[in-house]
Amino acid sequence: MALSKRQRAKAFRGVQYGLLVIAIIVIALVADWGKVQRAFFDPEVAVKLFPTIIVDSLRNTIVYSALGFVFGLALGLVLALMKLSSVAPYRWIATVYIEFFRGVPALLVFIAFGYGVPIAFQVRFDNLTTVMLALGIVAAAYMAETIRAGIQAVPKGQIEAARSLGMSSARAMITVVIPQAFRIILPPLTNELIMLTKDSSLIYVIGLAIDERELTQFGRQAMNEYRGMTPIMIAGLCYLIITLPLGHLSRRLEKRTGGRKISSSPEASGVGASA
Amino acid sequence: MTELAVEITGLKKAFGPLEVLKGIDVRVDSGEVICIIGPSGSGKSTLLRCVNLLEEPTGGKIVVNGVELTDPDVDIDAARTRIGMVFQSFNLFAHLTVLNNLTVAQRKVLKRSQADAEEVALRNLERVGLSEKAHAMPAQLSGGQQQRVAIARALSMDPEVMLFDEPTSALDPELVGDVLGVMRQLAEEGMTMLVVTHEMQFAREVADKVLFMDGGYVVEEGLAEQVIGDPQHERTKSFLARVLNPTHQDKAD
Repeated sequence: MALSKRQRAKAFRGVQYGLLVIAIIVIALVADWGKVQRAFFDPEVAVKLFPTIIVDSLRNTIVYSALGFVFGLALGLVLALMKLSSVAPYRWIATVYIEFFRGVPALLVFIAFGYGVPIAFQVRFDNLTTVMLALGIVAAAYMAETIRAGIQAVPKGQIEAARSLGMSSARAMITVVIPQAFRIILPPLTNELIMLTKDSSLIYVIGLAIDERELTQFGRQAMNEYRGMTPIMIAGLCYLIITLPLGHLSRRLEKRTGGRKISSSPEASGVGASA
Repeated sequence: MTELAVEITGLKKAFGPLEVLKGIDVRVDSGEVICIIGPSGSGKSTLLRCVNLLEEPTGGKIVVNGVELTDPDVDIDAARTRIGMVFQSFNLFAHLTVLNNLTVAQRKVLKRSQADAEEVALRNLERVGLSEKAHAMPAQLSGGQQQRVAIARALSMDPEVMLFDEPTSALDPELVGDVLGVMRQLAEEGMTMLVVTHEMQFAREVADKVLFMDGGYVVEEGLAEQVIGDPQHERTKSFLARVLNPTHQDKAD
């Protein structure tokens, strides 16, 4: 009794759904929900976390991420320009920097920065500055590549038009190329901000005071204090409060820039057709 | 007026082993309109782009408005402010409004005040018939409108010479006329113009002189009526036959 291709596909999908339902039922029956709740979400513990987790930890995570992002963006822009420079040593320095800081774990960089730099250079930054520099130094390596790609994505004709109006190459870069490059790379930059926010969970290794703790550090210490996973779960939810809107923003920006490309396509296709 | 605006002597340009210009001599008097015609790959766009040093010549000498551009110590940015350029693909700054496209270089390069720059910009927008588009974004304009804005942008720097690099090649046929109209008006006002074009009718009616280029040389030059109406060289004849009578050949360009 041969089934048609369509009938076979239908039967196969039916089997998949069946397995899924069975798996859910088994988990629901086997799990001890009381235990699960005590382990992962104990309301009594949850209540005790507030308001500190919001006013200190969430705030610190946001501040650290924002500072790291701003410093990383500035340094990343410099590195991107160095990478595109006609001066060979600039390109080498930028390449080595990017490859190094992209290639080693952020945690190692933070440890080295928190303990090595003060000893080696006899400087002692306050913790906020250290956090900003440590996060930014790593983020800059990723952002430099994104920014470089954005600058190269700006059509060459834009630079030629700027130069033909008498702008120097630096002036053309600042007034014409970089503003357009940033429009192009807004979606990937938003993604990098999300990654940076999560990387800020590693910053505890530089040694932070109680009121300087960010979400992960706070969650870990609360976990020791109260037993159970509840603080970690709440901390995780707090990260989502930051990252979900950013992800949403990133997708909207992507749609918008995509939309702009479509809106400008009539004359673009005109160029293609007659060229 | 017989003041010399552009003087090109022995101009050579090579891209690696590929020699595109093999020794070009051109003299353009102030107020003259020169059309450069020729098959693609003949070097005509490269020649034009050498006149404001968008391409670095590999040999020869270029003097524009009395400034030797091929002098290694020349202030090329200053020299370029007096040489307007219009591109095939318009190249309007996509992130700026039409008005800002016209004012940005005036403010940042010529250091004009915002008010002065806007006044100049609006005057030039009116010249190209697009005053009402001052606050539009380039992407909202048709190709013909974008090209007229690009012309107004170049004019806003008060150039003494205007270079046009196939200004109508990227346009839909019904929009070509508007752009050529603006260029004709500019020519009548006495602007010195070098125009690379395939518009033979325009060359015939507006140009004082026509250069026919092929294979990196100026093959023939003279009055428009002469070169287009009564070409002497074999290559000019076959090129014009193909361009003016495309249905008798399979491909004009």
